Amino acid sequence: MTATEVPMSAAGNPIGFGRMMRKEDVRFVRGKGNYVDDVNLPGMLHGAILRSPYAHAKIVSIDTAAAEAHPKVKAVITGAVLDTLKLAWMPTLSYDTQAVLATDKVRFQGQEVAFVVADDRYAARDALELIDVIYEPLPPIIDAKRAMDPGAAVIRDDKEGKTDNHIYDWEAGDQAATDAAFASADVVVVQDMLYPRSHPAPMETCGTVAHMDKVTGKLTLWSNTQAPHAHRTVYALVAGLPEHKIQVISPDIGGGFGNKVPIYPGYVCSIVGSIVTGRPVKWIEDRSENLMSTGFARDYHMRGEIAATRDGKILGVRVNVLADHGAFNAVAQPTNYPAGFFHIFTGSYDYPVAHCKVTAVYTNKAPGGVAYACSFRITEAVYLIERVIDCLADELKMDPAELRMKNLLRPEQFPYTTPTGWEYDSGDYPRALQLALDIAGYPALRAEQAEKRANGELMGIGLSFFTEGVGAGPRKHMDILGLGMADGCELRVHPTGKAQLRLSVQSQGQGHETTFAQIVAQEVGIPPEDVEVIHGDTDNTPFGLGTYGSRSTPVSGAAAAVVARRVRDKARIIAAAALECSPDDLEWSSGRWSVKGDPEKGKTIQEIAMLSHSNLELPDGVEGHLDAQAVYNPPNLTYPFGAYICVVDVDKGTGQVKVRRFIAVDDCGPRINPTIVEGQIHGGLVDGIGMALMEAIAFDADGNCLGGSFMDYLLPTAMEVPTFELGETVTPSPHHPLGCKGVGESATVGSPAAVVNAVMDALKPYGVRHADMPLTPAQVWMTMQGRPFRTDMAIE
Amino acid sequence: MQITMTINGDEVSRDVEARVLLVHFIRDQVGLTGTHWGCDTSNCGACVVWLDGTPVKSCTVLAAMADGREVRTVEGMEHADGLDPVQQGFMECHGLQCGFCTPGMMLTTRWLLDHNPDPSEGEIREAISGQLCRCTGYDNIIKSVQWAAAHAREEAVTS
Repeated sequence: MTATEVPMSAAGNPIGFGRMMRKEDVRFVRGKGNYVDDVNLPGMLHGAILRSPYAHAKIVSIDTAAAEAHPKVKAVITGAVLDTLKLAWMPTLSYDTQAVLATDKVRFQGQEVAFVVADDRYAARDALELIDVIYEPLPPIIDAKRAMDPGAAVIRDDKEGKTDNHIYDWEAGDQAATDAAFASADVVVVQDMLYPRSHPAPMETCGTVAHMDKVTGKLTLWSNTQAPHAHRTVYALVAGLPEHKIQVISPDIGGGFGNKVPIYPGYVCSIVGSIVTGRPVKWIEDRSENLMSTGFARDYHMRGEIAATRDGKILGVRVNVLADHGAFNAVAQPTNYPAGFFHIFTGSYDYPVAHCKVTAVYTNKAPGGVAYACSFRITEAVYLIERVIDCLADELKMDPAELRMKNLLRPEQFPYTTPTGWEYDSGDYPRALQLALDIAGYPALRAEQAEKRANGELMGIGLSFFTEGVGAGPRKHMDILGLGMADGCELRVHPTGKAQLRLSVQSQGQGHETTFAQIVAQEVGIPPEDVEVIHGDTDNTPFGLGTYGSRSTPVSGAAAAVVARRVRDKARIIAAAALECSPDDLEWSSGRWSVKGDPEKGKTIQEIAMLSHSNLELPDGVEGHLDAQAVYNPPNLTYPFGAYICVVDVDKGTGQVKVRRFIAVDDCGPRINPTIVEGQIHGGLVDGIGMALMEAIAFDADGNCLGGSFMDYLLPTAMEVPTFELGETVTPSPHHPLGCKGVGESATVGSPAAVVNAVMDALKPYGVRHADMPLTPAQVWMTMQGRPFRTDMAIE
Repeated sequence: MQITMTINGDEVSRDVEARVLLVHFIRDQVGLTGTHWGCDTSNCGACVVWLDGTPVKSCTVLAAMADGREVRTVEGMEHADGLDPVQQGFMECHGLQCGFCTPGMMLTTRWLLDHNPDPSEGEIREAISGQLCRCTGYDNIIKSVQWAAAHAREEAVTS
């Protein structure tokens, strides 16, 4: 159905897919959102966390007497206190353990050491100053490349028998076949690169309000989590709380980007604080706590190797990764995928063999690793392949657009199984790349670049092409802590034809209240303004794994379509009973079942809703009411893709990069609300520009975090980004009920490589093939001197 | 210490500690939670309010410094006859996603339009350059402000 064919409601909204204003904005523009820090309960206390100043140190003693004597302090909780409850350690989402409050030693700067509960947030902070901790510093492991050195200090000596800092080795693909392809190739290009540690940094930090009602035994937890149902189950399993007595409410969330998937020590401490004091406890991070201690992203040291013929046909790709996981392996990802979906690194190209090996190590840095809109490490994968393609183009002296076009998968190859085992569902890659080249005016840009180069000016053009796998995922392959990644949905149509849709996923800003209402509108003809979307409350929504990995539309959106179609099917039976005909005699059009050949005779979905509650006699076995529920188990991931082109100008004197243009062609299948899709893409592009040019969390030799505030961890402002030029192709997913593929992370995944490729293209006259992100003025200037530096360490 | 200020036209009087930040005063003591707290270093601008008609970052203003002065927050943008064109523009042009930076963005851009009714794209970008948005990529925020500027002009023509 094209946009012009969608009927409009009385309120002016499309009864189906199309552009409409977001329903949730009515409260947000009035300042009437309800974020976790807006939750205020009678008698509520405030928590604050004492954090380690050291990256690695033994805790000799903790004296809390002075803090406890503070007149406004209600409780001081230490690891020793938690130990008596068997809560000093908690499981991570990667089957490792993480200290809630440190008992033996601290393992990264900013680690949680004690929790104070006081009358107000200022008093709680005052009391932190009164806690006296004596530390005995230990040598920190800061450089991941030194973590496996003989004699390196063992970070995780809490683990029995642990004698090194190794976490796992993992591989994918066919090593022997790949090595053989490399051995006989005309050309092999090798490039080392770092995808630096970055941070999702949502504008709202993490926080919670925990309320344990001692009379009813019910724990209510307002928490800005992206996965409320999964959190509820983990709390039940870890703390031994009865799951039916736990309600997790994700209120309005001020951005997530993966930062709000894990369970953080502050959440557990707030719960314990409420149990200990008998009063609600609020804990809200400040910005430094957010940047220094919660889920970081990336931190992959990668070596990419690409083999090709002299005329530019790719023969194979080989990758080695050293993954820095920080002090605890707290990566949030499906169990069977310790390196996430990184092995999708073969990208969008046609070649027969590939192999990757990932080695993960502990360092004295904050835990995390999968976050920041990365689609389970596809960001790293796309960066790797798109950088090595450009390095190959440089080696072959071939235009990077031509090299890509020559190797892209062709439409007739879908469904396509990659050398590392992914089954891409659908795609028309050359069409997307050609559209991007057309929008950019690529030949004219190259001509302009040649002219500028001749004048000594630095202009660069960078391309990237990405394929993502999103919508995790098929439950036979994918689970988190044993919870299969299927999602429930429930639709209730009230007697007057208004509806409520209950989702297992929730919004951190993506606009679920609008797009999911549009899915119902599309399938059953109820206008979106008449569909209330209920989400983010475990007591009032069916179970599901939450919103991350671009999975809402691919999984929960499919569930919504399934329940809507069940309602439509039931409505047909009820309409047939009312019209005294067979359901087979009816046809569906514009929210109405009518008799074939006699369209005057029919019932609207609203009329059917009332009939479903009436005393109309229904066929045997047909229950009244017009409700449906479903659990959607995706048969495969969906594979959105796109082609991006970035144009930059580089200041020779300062190394400053100016992004002049950014062209983004995205194919995410049909767009439920194109305005919202474009907004998702805009945001992701700025994330990518930020990562390429500004964002990184580095450490000094002592393990001091050098990105602990927005003065040091730079996010792009409106001044650093251009107006975006978007293009669209539509290749529906063959297995998703609506053909939709998910788009939330596409631009974050696809754009960093385009920016870096553009900058390296601009710097070609200097003969340097690669420099690591972020390409700050300092890094660019040093690259122009032939000496790009490591961006994960303090500059010596 | 006892302080008195006007917030969105209402006089508010409270006994506060001298160190209390204006953002916490507005949120925790007056209960107007539309003003948000996003960083501690004056970088993000989620906490922007007007103080005597000028946008300030309320995380770096003491409540005591607002004594005797006029504060305007996002809750004070809507008029009896409807939304401010800036609020309407953000809705029309999808200028917000999670909504966390939105109150500060709207207050800054309302001030911009009051002083420059027809700003260029560059002027809009510069005006909001002290504020961070992690969701929108700024593109639609620019369009929202342009929408508000255009519709304020239309109103001026019709009235």
